[in-house]
Amino acid sequence: MKIGCPAEITKDENRIALTPSSALELKKLGFECFIEKNAGSNSGFSDQEYLDAGVKVLNSAKKIWETSDVIIKVRNPLQNEIKLIQSKTILISFIWPAQNKDLLGKLNKLNASVIAMDMIPRISRAQKMDALSSMANVAGYRAVIEAGNNFGRFFTGQITAAGKVPPAKVLVIGAGVAGLAAIGTAQSLGAIVRSFDVRPEVAEQIESMGAEFLMLDFPEDASGEGGYAKPASKEFIKKEMALFKEQASEIDIVITTALIPGRPAPKLWLAEMVKLMQPGSVIVDLAAEQGGNCEFTKPGKIIETENRVKIIGFTDFPSRMAAQSSNLYSNNIRHMLSDLTPNRDGVININMDDDVIRGSTVAHDGKITYPPPPPKIKAIAKVSSSPNQKTPQELEKENYDKERSYGRRQVMLLIIGGFLMFLIGSYAPPSFMQHFIVFVLSCFVGFQVIWNVSHSLHTPLMAVTNAISGIIIIGALLQIGSSNYLVNILASISVLIATINIVGGFLVTKRMLSMFKKS
Amino acid sequence: MTKEILTALYIASSVLFILSLGGLSNEEKAKRAVWYGIFGMIIAVFGTIFGPNTNYDKWLLPTIIIGSIIGILVAQKVKMTGMPQLVAALHSFVGLAAVFIGINSALEPPKNLANIELIIHEIEIFLGVFIGAITFTGSVIAFGKLSELITGKALVLPGRHLINIVMTLSCFVLGYLFLNQYGISSLYLMTLIAFILGAHLVLAIGGADMPVVVSMLNSYSGWAAAATGFLLGNDLLIVTGALVGSSGAILSYIMCKAMNRNFLSVILGGWGDSTGPTKEIEGEMIPTDIETISSSLNDAKNVIIVPGYGMAVAQAQSSVSELTSRLRKKKINVRFGIHPVAGRLPGHMNVLLAEAKVPYDIVLEMDEINDDFSETDVVLILGANDIVNPAAIEDPNSPIAGMPVLEVWKSSQVYIFKRGQGRGYSGIENPLFFKDNSRMIYGDAKNSLDSILQQIN
Repeated sequence: MKIGCPAEITKDENRIALTPSSALELKKLGFECFIEKNAGSNSGFSDQEYLDAGVKVLNSAKKIWETSDVIIKVRNPLQNEIKLIQSKTILISFIWPAQNKDLLGKLNKLNASVIAMDMIPRISRAQKMDALSSMANVAGYRAVIEAGNNFGRFFTGQITAAGKVPPAKVLVIGAGVAGLAAIGTAQSLGAIVRSFDVRPEVAEQIESMGAEFLMLDFPEDASGEGGYAKPASKEFIKKEMALFKEQASEIDIVITTALIPGRPAPKLWLAEMVKLMQPGSVIVDLAAEQGGNCEFTKPGKIIETENRVKIIGFTDFPSRMAAQSSNLYSNNIRHMLSDLTPNRDGVININMDDDVIRGSTVAHDGKITYPPPPPKIKAIAKVSSSPNQKTPQELEKENYDKERSYGRRQVMLLIIGGFLMFLIGSYAPPSFMQHFIVFVLSCFVGFQVIWNVSHSLHTPLMAVTNAISGIIIIGALLQIGSSNYLVNILASISVLIATINIVGGFLVTKRMLSMFKKS
Repeated sequence: MTKEILTALYIASSVLFILSLGGLSNEEKAKRAVWYGIFGMIIAVFGTIFGPNTNYDKWLLPTIIIGSIIGILVAQKVKMTGMPQLVAALHSFVGLAAVFIGINSALEPPKNLANIELIIHEIEIFLGVFIGAITFTGSVIAFGKLSELITGKALVLPGRHLINIVMTLSCFVLGYLFLNQYGISSLYLMTLIAFILGAHLVLAIGGADMPVVVSMLNSYSGWAAAATGFLLGNDLLIVTGALVGSSGAILSYIMCKAMNRNFLSVILGGWGDSTGPTKEIEGEMIPTDIETISSSLNDAKNVIIVPGYGMAVAQAQSSVSELTSRLRKKKINVRFGIHPVAGRLPGHMNVLLAEAKVPYDIVLEMDEINDDFSETDVVLILGANDIVNPAAIEDPNSPIAGMPVLEVWKSSQVYIFKRGQGRGYSGIENPLFFKDNSRMIYGDAKNSLDSILQQIN
């Protein structure tokens, strides 16, 4: 089948859904790729690069829409593009079906199959095509870079000859993909990073990125379906606000990423907090498109408040890093297509039994298939509040009990052993008892010595014990030279094999030990 | 030479043997310690040959020379992957010698024994032959299994426990007859049954339990020597036998502990019963390719390699070593995590890696390295399965629940080198393979590693 990629016509959209490298992979799946002239130039891909990758470059968007069976795009189609859609076209792009009901209706009327890249279920198998995550990752990174661009100081603390520079303090609100990416970026620039999220189970992820998790002492879990947050209760919000106020005067950079699916962004950074911040501080609002987490945010703009705090409300962070975003997005698309062509023969099979394909297909066969049934698998396993956590007293008692039972067992063993010794002593002749004491003591010495043997030398240990158990040769030596013919033969064989044991065992041990070298 | 001087020599060689074993506590001391053992042995053997109780025989010297030549050849020829077989073979020799010496002693009993002493002597003969015989055939079978002359699968006969019990009992009945002067034929018959018993015991044990079996046979060979010491009234044999016996016993204990299994259940074969349905595994096994692995190795700071028996099978240790040295040149911190039961012999992996010139100070035990996985970027798993199975910790119903394992899944990325999609020896599904941060690379580990090597710059 033919895959076409028209240039993006949405204003300020620099990304592109097809890159030369993804085109190569698509070819392996059996597809033929087409791209509109100059479509990749904003993301830094020239037409020549596409031609080199075997992509056919067509002159106009119209031709692309007409030739292709499959259209791949970044943004949802605009009015001008809808006109060009052919019947039965398969369209893969961001759709936002909840916000764009109209568009979905129109596409369905045209009998198009529509796969929404924003509807990929958040399960592990689908991670490779999760465009929201890969774009959020870019946005999180870029947010820190934009903040740095507007922040007048270093991120990292330094002690220089000219004086001391304190490290910047960054607060990241919402530890989703974007939040975690922001934490990682700020952290690696040397800032002190703190982070807050309403879902307690992400604490571990935050800490693993090197940030401090701001704990809210409140027994509410705001984790919703599919790894997203759900709206919080009033008391919870009150506590949250108190925490933010406490932080506001200290923090230099705030990055807010809080979103609840299908709702306007919650207002978290209020006017009072902005007022508490030091002049020169920066707020980056990644939720600007949905209205912003900060009360002052103006979508698409940077503003400066009266107390000289800058608030960045860009809505196009991924597009500002078009080369990187296009790369990731085109990979997401490619993975999607590879799942859609299980036979790798260039023929798309929209298999509605597949969880991932079902979830992301919003229109198919003349029917609107949005919303999909809820995902069966939870995105993030909940941290079970471990009920079997023991108090120190309990642990101590347990230890004490263990020691006691251990002691009791040892005493029992000693008593049994003593009784056995007594039994043997009362029947055995003195010559046996003499040897017996040697035997028992040797066992003890053996146990003490062997416990100290390094685990890495267990094989040499076996070889050397092999060698010294060849000491049995002494028994054979004492019997050899007997007048009994059979005794003599058996003893000689014993001497032979015991010698093999001794010589072979020692030499192989030596050989092994000489191999152990220190770096 | 008087008897007293000989005893003095025996004391000296006992001390040297103890020093020799004690020296194995670290790699540098160990190189010296072997010499203690060798000198101890020379003193003991020559002391005995020239001692008061030995009738020098013209065949003695040639026998010793032939034995030494065979020993030298074997020690030089054996491959390090073949160590388990060699160790098993050497065990069988001790067992066989113990049987012969016991029978000899019955054929030619020492004179002037009082009645009770005679009985004790015969008990000693019985024990020496019994343990020796089991050690002999058990080791022969272990040798066959380890060198793949016979199948590594456990032979599970119906009513095998009953068979063992019947055979053991009949041995003791025959022993009782032997004590009551029914003649040497009862000893021969007992030896025969003990031979069958030893073979059957080891036949019932599967390949991955071999570390325990080999250490157990190691222990038996020691006890056989000690029993021989008793029947000959020789303290040096008793001391040495006891040392070897306790060494093998401790190794068996360590192995069993590392598998969280009861010694008896290993020796008698088969896995313990699980107590309920095991957890369902979510996710899928995701294959990956050479390029991905090489690029993540190139980008990593901390790498841990976990080898298992599969590495020995694929003969991949030299490729592993080459990979290690290249990564280390790039200032990547590479270490090895060794599970106590990895391989077919206690400490087997350490020897294989040492042979391939991996420095021993980056080869760490499970307990030393388990806490470091969370700070590790890439873990490579080479032919290991059960020893990295998270079910042992996460699923109380798993047959291996409670077994200490290497917690590799805590690292950022795990690559599993595996021959195919099958399960491990124990037949237990491994949820590790289905984790989000796990990727599978199928095929021969050596070939995969060699292709990766080409892409490490």
